[in-house]
Amino acid sequence: MNARNIAVYGGGILFGLGLAWSGMTRPEIVLSFLRLDDLGLIFVMGGAAVVTFFAINVVPKFMKAPALGGAFRPRVSVLTRNTLIGAAIFGTGWGISGQCPGSAVASLGTGNWPIIVGLAFMFLGAYLRGRFIRDGN
Amino acid sequence: MFPLGIEPYLIGGIIIGLGVSIIYILTGLHATQSSFFTTTLSWFSQLPHFQEKRNISERDWRLALCLGLISGAVLYTFTLSPSGMFVTGVDPWRLALGGLLVGFGTRLSNGCTSGHGISGIASLSTTSLYAVITFLGFGIITAHLLEFMGVL
Repeated sequence: MNARNIAVYGGGILFGLGLAWSGMTRPEIVLSFLRLDDLGLIFVMGGAAVVTFFAINVVPKFMKAPALGGAFRPRVSVLTRNTLIGAAIFGTGWGISGQCPGSAVASLGTGNWPIIVGLAFMFLGAYLRGRFIRDGN
Repeated sequence: MFPLGIEPYLIGGIIIGLGVSIIYILTGLHATQSSFFTTTLSWFSQLPHFQEKRNISERDWRLALCLGLISGAVLYTFTLSPSGMFVTGVDPWRLALGGLLVGFGTRLSNGCTSGHGISGIASLSTTSLYAVITFLGFGIITAHLLEFMGVL
């Protein structure tokens, strides 16, 4: 384990704690958001994005580079057809199951063993994407 | 609109943001989730898509992130959680079919709720904004269709 991976692991503990605290590890809560019965998820994504906004846009004005090396680069990407087609497919799966990648992984830590089925099929979906869709646009 | 109140959502979201921020400030890495599937598959599949240099170089820290997520959820479950362990009542076929589409779609879109929804939006990426609007829209429509068809 190098320092970078330990830092990632430590930050990941907070990430997982927040996912469990906010109930995102429970597909039922995510589904009640998507049925518009409980809009709390907006505060989860919004709260996380606002805090992260400061890390990405303000902290680099005071620090030249990340403490453990590397460089500060915002997460920007080029919009392609696949960005939107993929997001539509993801959204459909999200609406069917109430799972997304991070919440499903963290959910394992709450003792939610049936989520293993969801994770196994996420791996299968990621494999099929690499197997059958050519990279690029 | 908020039958469970907003506190757990807001507190959880801020803690998630702190985790993502600490990782960014220390390492410059964006702690996003769905790439984990692709980079982990690089240990098992020789397909060029999985053997890209970026996947090989990222696969160890992405595994560390995943272990961190699980550890954090364990910590919450056995200390702060009012209800302890949780087992979902959502049907396995829904976890399976939904999971398949989530895995395929997030990797085609190059991002998920964390990649586009947190890191992308926080980076003021318009690409991520369009992705978030798209997956939110399709998620809301799909959940309502299932409810309409009596699948609960």
